[in-house]
Amino acid sequence: MSLAEFGIVFLRALMVFGLLLVATIVNIWAERKILADMQARIGPNRAGPFGILQTVADGLKLFFKESITPRKVELGMYMLAPFLAVIPAFLIFMMVPFGRPFTIGGNEVALVGADLNIGLLFVLAMSSMAVYAVVLAGWSSGSKYPLLGGVRATAQAISYEAAMGLAMVAVVVYSATQGDGGTLSLVEIVERQNGTWAGFIPRWNLFPQVAAFVIFLLAIIAETNRAPFDLVEAEQELVGGFHTEYSGMRFAMFFLAEYINIFSMSAIAATLFLGGWSGPTFEDSVPAFISAILPTVWFLLKTYAIVFIFFWLRATLPRLRYDQLMTLGWKGLIPAAVVWLIVSTISMGFRQFGAPWG
Amino acid sequence: MTFSDWIAEPVNWVFAAIGLAVLFSGFRVVTSKNVVHAALYLVGALAGTAGLFLLMSAEFVAWVLVLVYIGAVIVLFLFGIMITRAPTGLDESLSSDQTAMPALLSAAVFVVMTWASIDAFGTELLATVGEATSTQVIGESLLGRFVIPFEVVSFVLLAALIGGITIARRDLTPVEEEERMSV
Amino acid sequence: MLLNQFLVLGAALFAFGVYGLLVRRNVVLILLSVELMLNAVNINLIAFESYLVSAQAVGQVFAIFVITVAAAEVGIGLAIVLMIFRNRKSANVDDLSLMRW
Repeated sequence: MSLAEFGIVFLRALMVFGLLLVATIVNIWAERKILADMQARIGPNRAGPFGILQTVADGLKLFFKESITPRKVELGMYMLAPFLAVIPAFLIFMMVPFGRPFTIGGNEVALVGADLNIGLLFVLAMSSMAVYAVVLAGWSSGSKYPLLGGVRATAQAISYEAAMGLAMVAVVVYSATQGDGGTLSLVEIVERQNGTWAGFIPRWNLFPQVAAFVIFLLAIIAETNRAPFDLVEAEQELVGGFHTEYSGMRFAMFFLAEYINIFSMSAIAATLFLGGWSGPTFEDSVPAFISAILPTVWFLLKTYAIVFIFFWLRATLPRLRYDQLMTLGWKGLIPAAVVWLIVSTISMGFRQFGAPWG
Repeated sequence: MTFSDWIAEPVNWVFAAIGLAVLFSGFRVVTSKNVVHAALYLVGALAGTAGLFLLMSAEFVAWVLVLVYIGAVIVLFLFGIMITRAPTGLDESLSSDQTAMPALLSAAVFVVMTWASIDAFGTELLATVGEATSTQVIGESLLGRFVIPFEVVSFVLLAALIGGITIARRDLTPVEEEERMSV
Repeated sequence: MLLNQFLVLGAALFAFGVYGLLVRRNVVLILLSVELMLNAVNINLIAFESYLVSAQAVGQVFAIFVITVAAAEVGIGLAIVLMIFRNRKSANVDDLSLMRW
């Protein structure tokens, strides 16, 4: 590996890291502002213009606070859990292409952390790792409420992961009909959504796979433990859930992980269903650097549209009861995903190979 | 092939590092005095195994292992452990006191298998290194030559699903039944 | 890489699994030992696959089958553990000496 290639790999990792950190700061601020607007409040407005520096101020405050370690904790796991929360959240985003590849000094730089052949499988694997942080935090705290939060998290994660995986399979099968053979690479899946139908409808997977999109959206909200599926940290029932016994920087890492996860999973949804970075670049009418940046802008817009749905649902819906959550997962989403997978696969088979009797 | 030849290859350093980690985790799975720690050491052993699969260019199986084993099976184990009460401290009653005979037996198993494999394969080298098996080949194989085993396995899963529900289901008392209906 | 380095590692893991299966008294830990043994089998399957290199990746396909069956086994196993725990308030196999209760 030459020095330039090494530099490009380093640059890509750095871009992913920077983008995620900035996006998280914006995310937290946006959530507070949007919730405030929906509840007819003002929200943060003191630190910086429109209170945008509020997150930075909160982060600094948490950084300097004492990290209290309760006496009954299981120390090793207790310290490890916050890191386990952050790492998978970052790794998921490594797979997401967030812009069109560009060229620096004869070297092509793909705007993606890493392009694996089995990218989607990696995303699923990492999103299933995220539950370990919650379980271990809950168990190692040596306290009742966190443990309950952890037990809830395991059941919830396993139930909704199945629906999420099935929705992804439907997209993979569909996108196999859009190009040469099947693919699990997110870069390839985005490229297959480039272009339009009939000149103005974008070729997003959303339109042919709308049911899969709804199932996927519900499943990622449950996977990231957000309202209305936030039983893991239900304040009114479990104090703070799994992070009750955490404070200072360790608590901040859980908080960070939650918002990175929201952004990463929204980015995956935008990539799978909304065409990722694909969109008009107006190459003839605008300067070259603007048309180079536009794909990233489209990607961020689509991702934030989905992030907005997260906040919107939080402001609108009350929390589900535990049995309702399980009923929705096992009797609602999973059968719906299976039926949708079968129906859409059969219809694609007809289109691809014609009727078996004809 | 001498040991110095073997260790000269960088890929074997990776193997040695992962292999030792896997062995240590595997050993702690069966000796740890804390149930949750045992499950977590199994996660370590499985993650190491996935690393070994990547070394042997079985990319797809490696990530399936992470997804299914680490992401679902061990999480289920943790769920089971926590529901059957998991103390954070040590628990001496997890293992039997009679360790001599099991140790002897497992040592015998190890010796026999090692002897057999060294006798049969000596210093044979792996053929594929570096070129990952494509997912397409595995998919075509699963739905082509192995389609009947594939269907049988799907039946096993279905049977396990139904069996799991039937076994774990608690019969409701008439009062509870009525409450359930009214909700 | 030698074929045998993987086979010996697999044999060692399998032996650990055998030891755990015989020594452990907690049902969940016995199941964990079984998982360890299945994992050792998977290492062997993948090692033989990259030694023999079949056109249809037979070894890898069988590793996938093993993983699937292991998942089914855990589902049933844990259901039984939960049931035992509910009836006996214990997950220790030594307490399960009765055939009925």
